[in-house]
Amino acid sequence: MKTSSYTSTWVKMAIIIGIILLFAAPFLKIYPVFLMSMMCFALFAASFNLLLGYVGLLSFGHAAFFGGGAYIAGYATKTWGFSPEISVILGGLAGALLGVGMGYLAIQRKGIYFSMITLALSQMVFFIAVQAPFTGGEDGLQPIPRGKLFGIVSLESNNAIYFFVLAVFITGIFALWRVVNSPFGQVLKAIREHEPRAISLGYDVHRYKLIAFTMSAAMTGVAGGLKALVTQIASLTDITWQTSGEVILMTILGGIGTVFGPILGAGLVKSLEDHLASIGFPVPVLIGIIFVACVLLFRRGIIGELEHFLSRKKT
Amino acid sequence: MFEALGISPYQLYGQLVLGLINGSFYALLSLGLAVIFGLLNVINFAHGALYMLGAFGAYFALTLFGINYWGALILVPIGMALIGVFIERTMLKRLYQLDHLYGLLLTFGLALILEGAFRHYYGSSGMPYAAPKELQGPLNLGFMVLPLYRAWVIIVSLVLCFSTWFLIERTRLGAVLRASTENPILAQAFGINVPLLLTLTYAGGVALAGIAGVLAAPIYQVNPAMGSNLIIVIFAVVVVGGMGSILGAIVTGYALGILEGLTKVFYPPASAIVIFAVMAIVLLVRPAGLFGRGE
Repeated sequence: MKTSSYTSTWVKMAIIIGIILLFAAPFLKIYPVFLMSMMCFALFAASFNLLLGYVGLLSFGHAAFFGGGAYIAGYATKTWGFSPEISVILGGLAGALLGVGMGYLAIQRKGIYFSMITLALSQMVFFIAVQAPFTGGEDGLQPIPRGKLFGIVSLESNNAIYFFVLAVFITGIFALWRVVNSPFGQVLKAIREHEPRAISLGYDVHRYKLIAFTMSAAMTGVAGGLKALVTQIASLTDITWQTSGEVILMTILGGIGTVFGPILGAGLVKSLEDHLASIGFPVPVLIGIIFVACVLLFRRGIIGELEHFLSRKKT
Repeated sequence: MFEALGISPYQLYGQLVLGLINGSFYALLSLGLAVIFGLLNVINFAHGALYMLGAFGAYFALTLFGINYWGALILVPIGMALIGVFIERTMLKRLYQLDHLYGLLLTFGLALILEGAFRHYYGSSGMPYAAPKELQGPLNLGFMVLPLYRAWVIIVSLVLCFSTWFLIERTRLGAVLRASTENPILAQAFGINVPLLLTLTYAGGVALAGIAGVLAAPIYQVNPAMGSNLIIVIFAVVVVGGMGSILGAIVTGYALGILEGLTKVFYPPASAIVIFAVMAIVLLVRPAGLFGRGE
């Protein structure tokens, strides 16, 4: 059910308005750090959605790549004094490296086992992060300097780094969108829809899954690295299973397998968390409630239900 | 011989017992997971949170109603079973026709709610719960001294594991259960009330988690995080053992518990990750799990 030209005009309009708003945000006095961390999580959720939405693999361990990317990027700027763009790329590489390893093990099994394996492996990464000398243990890495872009432009001010984050965010989402709509993406969808058929058509399903997993992990690492620069901290929180759960929720709430669902989901979940934390409501309880509600009531997610509604209205 | 490695036999025995205790809980919980998964095709992510709830049940029974350990050991599983019935009837039931992943996500949400609520009201520090006085004191085994309560936990868990295995593999009820696992539609055609069986199975699995919680209360402190720390390890145990067999879940649980204890003796830094490392190796060598039958 590809969106018709009628809806895609609306989608295009929404994208353009969204981008304009994002560019205008620093001048509208919206708290920039919050908006930036929202973009980091949106990129995180969109990368996660590449796996869940387009290959049908539910990874319960994506925090390992997010946290791993954050640690590496943080360490690279803080200790090695690398410039931010290099650090973020290193974060992506760290995610990719972890992704190849974890992905290779996890795709040995399917369905629910895949989820359990990714969860267990990410917990292993968590314990390693607790003990490793370079992660700063309970304190994490802080404060992480934001450095100078290309060694020239200082990103210390919020407005300066905002445009860097925005650029990475838009590039990342565009790259994911390109992957999904490429022939490669079509094969991924074929695997999601009917794996045995994809195998019988001669596709090396294992290889496709591993490549998709690694791509998703790499982009997640980029998001993590970006987040480390924005919030100037990389800590154990980034790498816990709760973070993996959070990104699943963002994706489901927004809409699995939609390009903008995860972005919307990330925005909603982060705003809600921010609001609730300020009034003292236990955030995990709310996340749990949304989880239950999503699973029982609207499994397509917000964007998914919307698309469904629009496509039904048309026919 | 161990002295040569700089390890006293007492330390070794001590960690072995600790490993056996942890293994008991791994076995009890992965057994519950396996039973539930076998029939319902749901991975019960809330299993750890329900285990935590069982421990809190014992704590509340004592502090609010003055019910002692023995009373809790009987009443908590009953209460937990009722909670299980509620969860299955109101929520899980709606998901059987869908992808199994939804069951995992739903129970994950439930786990977050339970744990988040308890953490909000009771903080993350533990509450002490004393072992019953009949089981306090040491037990001298000749080569080592074992706290009586720990011996009790090991024995009870072995008995529970064996009875569950016996119930499923050797009784008529078990046969009905296995038939419904194999082919629910056919079983129903033969007059077996499969929906009722699903509810009872989930309730039974939850009750097992509840008993494990009560057993654990005097050993580990009663603490909101006790479940989530455990459930991920249990998942690894389940992947290693393969969920096809009840016996596999039990054996793997004890074996990995002991292995973890031994790692604490010989190379402490690796003790937190040894079970995950074993899981990785098993996935490379025998992806279906040690006792698994493939998919």
